[in-house]
Amino acid sequence: MSRRERTWWIVGGIVIVIYCLFPIAWIISLSFKPPPDIANGQFLPSSFSWENYQLILTGAASDLFLPALRNSFGICLIATFISCILSMFAAYAIARLDFPGKKLILSAALAVAIFPVISIVTPLFNLWRQIGLYDTWLGLIIPYLSLTLPISIWTMSAFFREIPWEMEQAAQVDGATTWQAFRKVIVPLAAPGVFTTAIIAFFIAWNDFAYGISLTSTSAARPVPAALGLFTGASQFVSPTGSIAAAAVIVTIPVVVLVLIFQRRIVAGLTNGAVKG
Amino acid sequence: MASIEMRHIVKQYGDGFPAVNDVSLDIADGEFMILVGPSGCGKSTLLRMIVGLEDITSGDMIIGGVRVNDKAPRDRNLSMVFQNYALYPHMTVFENIAFPLRLAKTPDDEVRRRVNEAADVLELHEHLERKPANLSGGQRQRVAMGRAIVRQAEAFLFDEPLSNLDAKLRGQMRTEISRLQRRLGITTVYVTHDQTEAMTLGDRVCVLRKGKIQQVASPRELYEQPVNLFVAGFIGSPPMNFLPATLQGNRLETPFGHIDLDEKRAAAVKGRELLLVGIRPEYFEDASLVDEAKRPLGSMFRARVDVTEWLGDSQYAYIPYEAPEAITTQLRDLSRELDSEELRTQAIVSIDSTSRIREGREAEFWLDSRKVHVFDPTTGENLTRDAEAGAELTRMANQDRVDQVEDAKAGARTVGAA
Repeated sequence: MSRRERTWWIVGGIVIVIYCLFPIAWIISLSFKPPPDIANGQFLPSSFSWENYQLILTGAASDLFLPALRNSFGICLIATFISCILSMFAAYAIARLDFPGKKLILSAALAVAIFPVISIVTPLFNLWRQIGLYDTWLGLIIPYLSLTLPISIWTMSAFFREIPWEMEQAAQVDGATTWQAFRKVIVPLAAPGVFTTAIIAFFIAWNDFAYGISLTSTSAARPVPAALGLFTGASQFVSPTGSIAAAAVIVTIPVVVLVLIFQRRIVAGLTNGAVKG
Repeated sequence: MASIEMRHIVKQYGDGFPAVNDVSLDIADGEFMILVGPSGCGKSTLLRMIVGLEDITSGDMIIGGVRVNDKAPRDRNLSMVFQNYALYPHMTVFENIAFPLRLAKTPDDEVRRRVNEAADVLELHEHLERKPANLSGGQRQRVAMGRAIVRQAEAFLFDEPLSNLDAKLRGQMRTEISRLQRRLGITTVYVTHDQTEAMTLGDRVCVLRKGKIQQVASPRELYEQPVNLFVAGFIGSPPMNFLPATLQGNRLETPFGHIDLDEKRAAAVKGRELLLVGIRPEYFEDASLVDEAKRPLGSMFRARVDVTEWLGDSQYAYIPYEAPEAITTQLRDLSRELDSEELRTQAIVSIDSTSRIREGREAEFWLDSRKVHVFDPTTGENLTRDAEAGAELTRMANQDRVDQVEDAKAGARTVGAA
């Protein structure tokens, strides 16, 4: 690459990064603005204030926000965990075994994934109310599984297919049972796939709004996206922009942290050296 | 250590295609058996049936006197080296080699001792803490072998273990495997399509074609007394030349002049019209370089040389010839089956490297007619095979093996057997 070309690549990169990150930067800046500043149209706050954060963490909105944060974490982590375990077994079977109906399972999973969420919210609302799942953690975990499982199965089976079957056969010849071969050889090799899947599943659950707003009514199970929609200003003439921005920043943090932690693990390529490439 | 017996083994796939068809083979304790054949002949399938990774449709697989058809791979106590090595990339070399021991719940100090012994044999000591990804092809190959020899398996199974290495390394590893097998004296089954490996490694070689055994014999017997056209064409490089011939009394008329047959062989081919004569390249020679004393043992002919290849220690000449249509198609089918594509009917002739025979010129050749074989062109059967001489060659090879195993037992011990 010539010097000139490289300069253009760098300039182009910077432009794209600014374009992508500008809205986020704006939200962060909003979250630090005192209420009179919010509509002033300037990027930087005229005076730096923690007021919005105080409001949602210790102030009036904390009753709404803190339980929601706890619910979101709990529900999403449980849903992600169950979804990972289930999809790991399902994907392993799909990648390894030849059984009738394999195509059907995969296409059904895909169909579920593209099915519009909003269309089943109302029936689910009625059903949940009748069987007592309305406004409970379990009442959200189950629909979240339906959101995360299809994509998890698809990603995970792609990863499993990448693992040479010889690995497992070698383990069996070496004296491993099927379960030992799976646990000691296949799972460690599929770890990047499991982490990738876990992160994707967590994001999907974390970002859900439709189920969160419809299937909950109190802070017993209401997740953060739904809680954000219920924020109110100090009076009905003040919009809660500042506190929403602060809450948005806070709920983005775990996502960023997750990606940073698992970034290295997501990088596929652990199978390098398993077989002659 | 154990013998492996196969009784009428059949492998049929879902669509009814028999990948292995009625194979019966006895592999003696400590023997080095090669399964060889062109791609798709069922040799790998057979190996995988021995180790248990492939179900057996019918027949009996008996290892060490026990029928193992229904046993899982882990209960058969065999070790296998895969074509792509199948090392565990998330473990160090040490843990890779130790894996079978760990599964068997071997105590830690015992594991350490045996892995170190295996590493000694394979010279892997400085690599024990590395991951497979950081090793070269030859080192990975050695790790795979280390994993195989670290426990006392009944037998070693190799599935084309050298086909991923470059030519030079392949030669080194070949002698390494041979030395290791002799030293440990363990029954070994080795699948390959490379006939150099087949000829140099095996005590006996089993030639397979379309799932059926063609011939099981020592390399020498295969080379000198092949049972049919297929074995004759498969073993030997460059391959045996097949010339069309018509019989007139005791004399075969070929495109390269006539060949006189001795009484015994003449009797064997009597009464047939069209025949195929199989002549190995080294039975030919540049006539001007042949001793006067040897000349009467063969016949002379003149032919135009198409191409010569000088390789330093040897030299090959290509001589085109005309053949009847039926023979040409049959030879083409055969060569296709042997994974090569013979475009023209030509004989490959090995001549002395000092010979000055030139391309495009006519030259005089001498042909040693004592060792030629005559084949039936329709069935492919070798009409002039001397079964007794062949059996004698295999018996001698077997005696050599028994002696070597005795020596190994007296001297070296298996890795890990304290």
